[in-house]
Amino acid sequence: MTFLRPSITANGSAILVPALAFVVVVFTFNLVMAFVPLSAQRKNELTNLVRQDCGSCHGMTMQGGLGKPLLPENLIESTPEELAEIILAGVPGTPMPPWRGLLARGDALWIAAQLKTGRIKRGNTQ
Amino acid sequence: MRTWLSVLFAALIPLGLLASNFHGQARSPALANSQPGLRGTGDLGVIIERASGSVQIIETTGQSSLARIKGLGDLSHASVVFSRDQRFAYVFGRDGGLSKIDLLQQTLAKRIIQAGNSIGGAISDDGKLIAVSNYKPGGVKIFNADTLVLIATIEATYGDQGELSKTVGLVDAPGGRFLFTLYEAGEIWMVDCADCAQGAKPRLTKFKNIGLQPYDALISGDGRYYIAGLFGEDGMALIDLWAQKPAVTRILDGYGRGQKKLPVYKMPHLEGWAKADNHYFLPAVGHHEVLVVDAKTFKQSGSIKVHGQPIFVMARPDGRQIWINFAHPRNDTLQVIDVKTKQIIKQFTPGKAILHMEFTPRGEQVWVSVRDENRIDVYDTRTLKKITSLPANAPSGIFFTWRAGRIGL
Ligand code: HEC
Repeated sequence: MTFLRPSITANGSAILVPALAFVVVVFTFNLVMAFVPLSAQRKNELTNLVRQDCGSCHGMTMQGGLGKPLLPENLIESTPEELAEIILAGVPGTPMPPWRGLLARGDALWIAAQLKTGRIKRGNTQ
Repeated sequence: MRTWLSVLFAALIPLGLLASNFHGQARSPALANSQPGLRGTGDLGVIIERASGSVQIIETTGQSSLARIKGLGDLSHASVVFSRDQRFAYVFGRDGGLSKIDLLQQTLAKRIIQAGNSIGGAISDDGKLIAVSNYKPGGVKIFNADTLVLIATIEATYGDQGELSKTVGLVDAPGGRFLFTLYEAGEIWMVDCADCAQGAKPRLTKFKNIGLQPYDALISGDGRYYIAGLFGEDGMALIDLWAQKPAVTRILDGYGRGQKKLPVYKMPHLEGWAKADNHYFLPAVGHHEVLVVDAKTFKQSGSIKVHGQPIFVMARPDGRQIWINFAHPRNDTLQVIDVKTKQIIKQFTPGKAILHMEFTPRGEQVWVSVRDENRIDVYDTRTLKKITSLPANAPSGIFFTWRAGRIGL
């Protein structure tokens, strides 16, 4: 929350209050968005992203590449929430990048669920 | 009366066909003097259509598609090398498939599945051996280029438990050699296979502790330097193959130090590295920069700020221009650098997911794949204008036959 720091001056609280309000709004927005079902168009975009862009490291059919295979049998041990967290935060010290900023939590959860059921298969979107 | 007319009509049809045929030939001077069906392969190439497991055979003189070969499996990240006579293309698929395509007959000449998961390949200097770099099982396999019969398997073992490492950056080197890099192990291995076609065993030289997570490698066009890029550290590992006793030295240590490294959404490729005007131009990992490196000292002499994280940094054959594409999410853009002034002289946004570029042999055209637009765009590199577009099914790699005569390609 770096935007809080430089703003605190003589009339700091005047800025602090709207800033806090902003944080609350953003937080609830994210919370709500995580549960709003994704549109069909967004699902198509995400399927394409997973196959093509995740696929550049994990293989287009998720059978693995430089990154681990992401087939259902490889992901049994992890819950969708845990996988979503890995997707958003990345795995430090490995090439797995953090996707936060490009993907919302709702996106990541949807991708995680798709991966666990193996529904992201070739031919889905093209 | 009716029958008589139809007979006359039937007799006229072939004549008409002949006439239109002559007309067709007259318009195509390249074919005018040749016997029917006879052509060279110097202006041919293949385009990978990664979603449909097919390749298109194209020609760059008239910029047209000649044929589509199907049934090549999972072609994400596929690459291609050519036989030394430029007649056959060897396609390395992600699913371990190795396919040999006859560019003249426009047929799939042979196809084998040689591993579970593979990343690329190389052809020996004498054209007799094909080597394939595998993720699973980690290692390199060597085949007879003619028959695709297995000649040797090199397991990339490392550590105490005998684990197998993924292999990357496989290239050919003069003297019947191949070099490749072990991703998990952080090693470079050199394979002397000069007599493998005659039944000799490959001889291995291992270079250890080259650095963390080497992700790709290149060999200089003269076959002298092998350079591996490191993902886990800012720097590269270099071997001078002309040295009495080749050894690894580290170059470019700590480039970009002090700058925040950005998340890397796609690994850069070194294969399309560029040497021009006595400098190497290389993609910086995790930075929106192209590194400029002195080709004699291997010291960084500068960097060029670019639009995103570079993926391919490719020099036009004369070395005057460098063309660059970028990682997701900035992969809708191409930039052109003028080597003399090191300035960006042109920026294009042809469409989403620009994956690869290939120059014609002397560089007057460059072909660009725009995956999500299902299109190949062809540019004139002098006017920097688009000449034409060809439809292609989610195109990725573009490979032209001139590669047959180049070390490391
Ligand atoms: C630049 C390469 C790269 C890209 C792009 C990439 N990954 Fe990864 N990913 C990796 C690597 C490497 C690992 C293994 C990390 C480790 O060693 O634990 C990994 C691990 C994972 C894991 C954990 C698997 C497990 O079994 O623990 C998940 C889930 C994952 N990636 C999902 C994704 C998704 C979804 C995308 C696209 C939105 C993506 N990755 C894009 C390289 C990549």
